[in-house]
Amino acid sequence: MKQRLQPFLLLLLLGVSGTAGAQVTIRGTITGSKGQPIPNASIVLKDTYDGATADSAGRFSFTSTEKGNHVLEVSSANYRPLQYPLNLDNPVPELKLQLKEEISELRAVVLTAGTFEASDRKRAGVVLDPIDIVTTASANGDVTGALKTLPGAQQVGESEGLFVRGGTAAETKTFIDGTLVNNFFFSSVPNVAQFSRFSPFLFKGTVFSTGGYSALYGQGLSSALILESIDLPDRSSASAGVSVIGLSAGIQHLAKDKKSSYGFNYSYTNLTPAFEIIKQKQDYSKAPAYHSGDANFRIKTSGTGILKYYGYFSANKLAFTTGSIDSLGYLDRFSIKNFNSYHNLSWKENMGGGWKVNLGISYSNNKDNINAGMTDTDKQEVELGGLEAKNFGVESKGDFINTKAVFEKRLKALSALRFGAEYNIARDRNDYIDFNGNLYRSRLNSTLGAAFGEADIYITNSLAAKTGVRLEHSSLIDEVNIAPRLSLAYKLGKAAQASLAYGIFYQDPERRYLPASGNLTFMKATHYIAQYQRVADNQTFRAEVFYKKYDNLIKTVILNFRESAANNDGYGDAQGIEFFWRDKKTIKNLDYWISYSYLDTKRDFLNFPMAISPSFAAKHTASLVMKKFVQSWKLNLNGSYNYASGRPYYFIDVSNGTSSFLDRGRAPDYHNVSFSVNYLPFIGKKNPKSFNVFVLQVSNIFNIKQTYGYQYSYNGARKEAIVPPSRMFVFLGAFFNFGVDRSEEIINNGL
Amino acid sequence: MKKLLIASIAFLTVATASAQSEKYLAAMKPLVAALDSSFNYDALVASANSFQRIADAEKTQWLPYYYAAYCNVAAAFTLMEKPDASKTDPMADKAEELLNKAEALSKDNSEIYCVRKQIASIRMMADPMSRYMTYGTAATQALARAKTLDPENPRVYLLEAQDQFYTPEQYGGSKTEAKRLFELSKAKYDAARPASDIHPRWGKNQITYFMSQF
Repeated sequence: MKQRLQPFLLLLLLGVSGTAGAQVTIRGTITGSKGQPIPNASIVLKDTYDGATADSAGRFSFTSTEKGNHVLEVSSANYRPLQYPLNLDNPVPELKLQLKEEISELRAVVLTAGTFEASDRKRAGVVLDPIDIVTTASANGDVTGALKTLPGAQQVGESEGLFVRGGTAAETKTFIDGTLVNNFFFSSVPNVAQFSRFSPFLFKGTVFSTGGYSALYGQGLSSALILESIDLPDRSSASAGVSVIGLSAGIQHLAKDKKSSYGFNYSYTNLTPAFEIIKQKQDYSKAPAYHSGDANFRIKTSGTGILKYYGYFSANKLAFTTGSIDSLGYLDRFSIKNFNSYHNLSWKENMGGGWKVNLGISYSNNKDNINAGMTDTDKQEVELGGLEAKNFGVESKGDFINTKAVFEKRLKALSALRFGAEYNIARDRNDYIDFNGNLYRSRLNSTLGAAFGEADIYITNSLAAKTGVRLEHSSLIDEVNIAPRLSLAYKLGKAAQASLAYGIFYQDPERRYLPASGNLTFMKATHYIAQYQRVADNQTFRAEVFYKKYDNLIKTVILNFRESAANNDGYGDAQGIEFFWRDKKTIKNLDYWISYSYLDTKRDFLNFPMAISPSFAAKHTASLVMKKFVQSWKLNLNGSYNYASGRPYYFIDVSNGTSSFLDRGRAPDYHNVSFSVNYLPFIGKKNPKSFNVFVLQVSNIFNIKQTYGYQYSYNGARKEAIVPPSRMFVFLGAFFNFGVDRSEEIINNGL
Repeated sequence: MKKLLIASIAFLTVATASAQSEKYLAAMKPLVAALDSSFNYDALVASANSFQRIADAEKTQWLPYYYAAYCNVAAAFTLMEKPDASKTDPMADKAEELLNKAEALSKDNSEIYCVRKQIASIRMMADPMSRYMTYGTAATQALARAKTLDPENPRVYLLEAQDQFYTPEQYGGSKTEAKRLFELSKAKYDAARPASDIHPRWGKNQITYFMSQF
């Protein structure tokens, strides 16, 4: 025992005395892969106090009394840490160590071709957050209104939706938390554009893709609008609003542990008083009135996971007459009653090991009752010979269930693999009653199943690729498609980058033209996009050129008074160049952006006799949006100017079985100058309890005559300009938000 | 012999432990003392690295992690004349990582919440227009928590005073209020008795600078 212990004690003593022994000097240089010095790099002899910080030339030097084998660790922000083994028993030669650049989200190139992205990280440069949307003067508080000031989107004012790069509104699909939204806008009314149903404040992230979008999404030939709903609110609050068009109230409750929240909102909108003052082109017997309510809950399921529910309903109706173009002295009558409900449940979670899962399901139903006819000037129903077809009723109901699952695996650096599936079920019931009381029923049940996979590949900080493929089966046409997608981004310098995108996009024939008289296939679009972007110091410049080819577009015939799909013989193309400039820097407190789009497009679809430039596509579109914040007045002053060159219009006659032009022309140019003022009295208050906002908004402030196009009488003898319901519109409102801010309580309790 | 062995092992353990502790104190003291005098970027980064070396070697002391986080924050503040999120965000990330380690070793610590407040401020200052709502709130909440945990902490009032000083009047700042808070903070500094030579004492010199600005 004794003998065995002695060497151990000796060893201990030696060890202790050893530390007081000779010093070793470690010196060297730290450089990057191109030989550039890395100042302030940290050099550590692992698990000891010894080490140094590199100087401006990347040099370092330190001494250590340690012995034996050690590891020298070198680290610096934006570089991968380096481990270098050292033996300190002998003098250490001068070290020359090289660090490799780390691929980091902040410095890496961004895949941006075709997309305008707004997100928390704010990397893509073009950002429209909820505040941006409500302070865009021409947007009228509508998400799509603000997107129309970006390049690629048309200034179509006679109907709702986003018309992107020569595509129809139906070619833009909207997604909330991953799943498709079926009735994003209020139901169409002839020549009166409708708003989107959802408030911009519901969304924290917006991706507006004008082409070349990801394989995770499909069924939009032209564009995808991808919205991500907000997570837990910052605080509990109550809100109320009063404006010239209605009233609203709501509450949001955030649990004490900040792990869950719930809320309700209700609003009643009635345009009767507004239409009393601002005369409308339509003579309303029932001005638009809307009851809308929504409810939400959000529960954190872990540190990273969240379960979200959002539910919405809306009931609205309106009825009006307008002077009939078909028969002078008579009126056209139109009324619509709509009920819509929408429910979205989504769950996202980090599963550990770099795995993420996103599940979503949404259910919506929509019911429209439309009634149209003709009356005499005393509003008595009439039926005129030759124009009987103008008297009809439609009752349509739709039920939609959309589901989606996306799995993501993070790989080295920023690279990632994503895959998943989507399954959508749609049930449409449409009853059409003609002037004779004959009932035409159509029932359309369809499903769409999709599987997709996508990889983000970051080769270096300067070069990245996104490659994906999407496979879809549609029960409407019982066919399968395979759509490849690819985009590349290359960094040209500190702030500039170039991107390319390519993709094939398929879409089912639009339901409104179904059932079809012949066999149909998917409509198809192929996108080619090249982009240059420069983002620096609150200034963004972007230029994009694109070419889009359309195949298998739907051609239609008139069947039972309805325009119904006949075949896929349609085709077309679109090409153009777009510029965008946003500057928050040059003038203090002034944020402005300018966008310009040139579009050259032709297509042969629906009832067109040949390939023509469609009436929803202007050659030149431009917007200037300005936002100035005046601190001392607590005012936000916003102005915008939208321009579109005159769009073509046509009168297409299909009466004798073939399509031919009876008339064509070009509408005058479109100009719109809008202005809004927001007064924010809480600014300047210390720890304000209420965040009230007062809004005055005037659209088309110079009362310029705007002509969207022309419509014709049945016989083509008369034509009439399609104009907005009123030239100028004035909105005045006050919105109150009372925050229940607990930080206040904490401060007060602390004192 | 067995007893002797145990005794000598015990002695050696105590000796190395106290030697370790002496070594720790010897390494920390000059670094902590230098904190109130160095305000340039390179010096602060070098201090941050030194504190982090000690922290990573010790692994059980909250102070070196805390100081490493604070030095990263202070270094980031020196860059704020020309805010650049791509430079300061990674520094805020790093400071947060270090501070989380400090907090794991010392819960409910007023000093740690003071640095949390500063991290939020750095993130906000990089892009105030769009980040105010998130990080402005986070900063206020962290500072309120710091005050609740230790109402006598002079750095709480120093940070409050600086906020008042730098915030434009239109946004609720006030030079008068700032002055009052600086004076309150100074009184708290004078009354403060740090637990040891290496416990937080930074900030007092800054008051002298700010008071000369009125």
